[in-house]
Amino acid sequence: MIKVTNLNKSFGSLEVLKKIDLEFVPGQITYIVGPNGSGKSTLIKIILGLVKSDSGDVWVGDYMLNGDCHYRDKIGYMPQSVSFPENLTVTEVFKMLKDLRNNKDDLDEYLIKELNLDKELNKRLGNLSGGTKQKVSAAITFLFNPSILILDEPTAGLDPVSSSILKDKIKKEKENGRTIILTSHILSELEELADNVVFILEGSIKFSGKINHLIEKTSSLNLERAMAALMNGQLI
Amino acid sequence: MNLLFKISSYQLRDVIRSKWIFFYTILLMIISYSLISLTKEPAKILITMLNINLIIVPLISLIFGTIFLYNNKNNIIFLLSQPIKRNVLFLGLYIGLILPIILGFLLGVGIPILFYVKIFSNYAETIFLLLTTGIVLTIIFGGVAFYISISNEDRMKGLGISIIVWLFLSIFYDGLLLIIFQTFADYPLEKISAFLIMFNPIDLTRILVVINFDVSALMGYTGTVFKNFFGGNLGVLISALMLMFWSILPLYLGLRKFKAKDF
Repeated sequence: MIKVTNLNKSFGSLEVLKKIDLEFVPGQITYIVGPNGSGKSTLIKIILGLVKSDSGDVWVGDYMLNGDCHYRDKIGYMPQSVSFPENLTVTEVFKMLKDLRNNKDDLDEYLIKELNLDKELNKRLGNLSGGTKQKVSAAITFLFNPSILILDEPTAGLDPVSSSILKDKIKKEKENGRTIILTSHILSELEELADNVVFILEGSIKFSGKINHLIEKTSSLNLERAMAALMNGQLI
Repeated sequence: MNLLFKISSYQLRDVIRSKWIFFYTILLMIISYSLISLTKEPAKILITMLNINLIIVPLISLIFGTIFLYNNKNNIIFLLSQPIKRNVLFLGLYIGLILPIILGFLLGVGIPILFYVKIFSNYAETIFLLLTTGIVLTIIFGGVAFYISISNEDRMKGLGISIIVWLFLSIFYDGLLLIIFQTFADYPLEKISAFLIMFNPIDLTRILVVINFDVSALMGYTGTVFKNFFGGNLGVLISALMLMFWSILPLYLGLRKFKAKDF
């Protein structure tokens, strides 16, 4: 469970997030959507402690963020573009994270096998393709059985087979009661996976709720048109 | 502490395999070997090596350090999303970077000397000093590079500032002091000059050498000034203390920025 209350953030004179109130519930997949530069990534980064908010509170479980880092062992984060130390092998990167998290037993290695990473284990990260690095990143995200999953455009660089495997995994983890936050521009993916949608525009939440609710509210034919309506200022 | 060791050991493993460290080591080996081949006078060889190191080591540490942080930006963001404290990660990255550079330096300079160890049999102390100054300069300028990278989002700007800092401290500073002293030659400037020299770690390391060995003429203008003013142990103590201060200050400032930074 993640709860965000009255969150504000500015970069200089630019207000990136304005009075954000949100709740992410276990066992549900919430998509954060909005045009580029709307504040989605900043919101995610504040939850992860990468960006510090100007005001407002963020609760992860029963812990309120105050600069400490231990709560992040509950989180699996898959960034939009990840880079690992170029000269380490895939095995070494897995080992590094197990070492850093001090967790070598309670591991979920399902994606390592399903995404065929076994063959890449002894290759250096610098020699892998962008898609394979993305697969490594996906495997790491789920490796430590985190109760919270934050995935920033996870399928963007993946081939259709890997993308399907990852989506199935996300669905399975939802059934296991994980709190799941995703961002994506792929509407078909959103329709397939999302329980809830949060639409952010210029730092403010314009809609938060179920997809069918969004379609009804904007009197649109489908999700794509509902999104377009939101971007055009309907419901504002 | 344990986590700091783990982070730095993985970063070290990454950096040590980079081809740049290999080139750096080879470059130093070629320079050192060429100097030894050119003349067989150990004192001259060591002082020339030292003068070359005063130029190369800060430059390489600054450029490696700056590029390392920019190249690792996404990696740093990823590591920060793990349960790792910012100060532990920052210091882990720093140690993981400077240890391989120091190792490259020690091998690049040390192997040719070992190869001709007979020539240098009476110069153990000078060799020790030569190696120590290289290590200290790497520590200082690695920290300066980290501070510059953390303070500037733009990679080209950061790299530009690093090169300007290097040019200023290794070349212009000494010349600037020389001009000031010549212009105001009629005034007693010893105290002021000794004071000004403290603000340049490259000059400080140069002075450490000058004071230990009677080679002031070979070591630039500031070396002569400082030796005349302080002489003996007080000079060594002051320059050593200032070098320690320089080793900590940029790193500390970089750490403060890193802890407050939005990634």
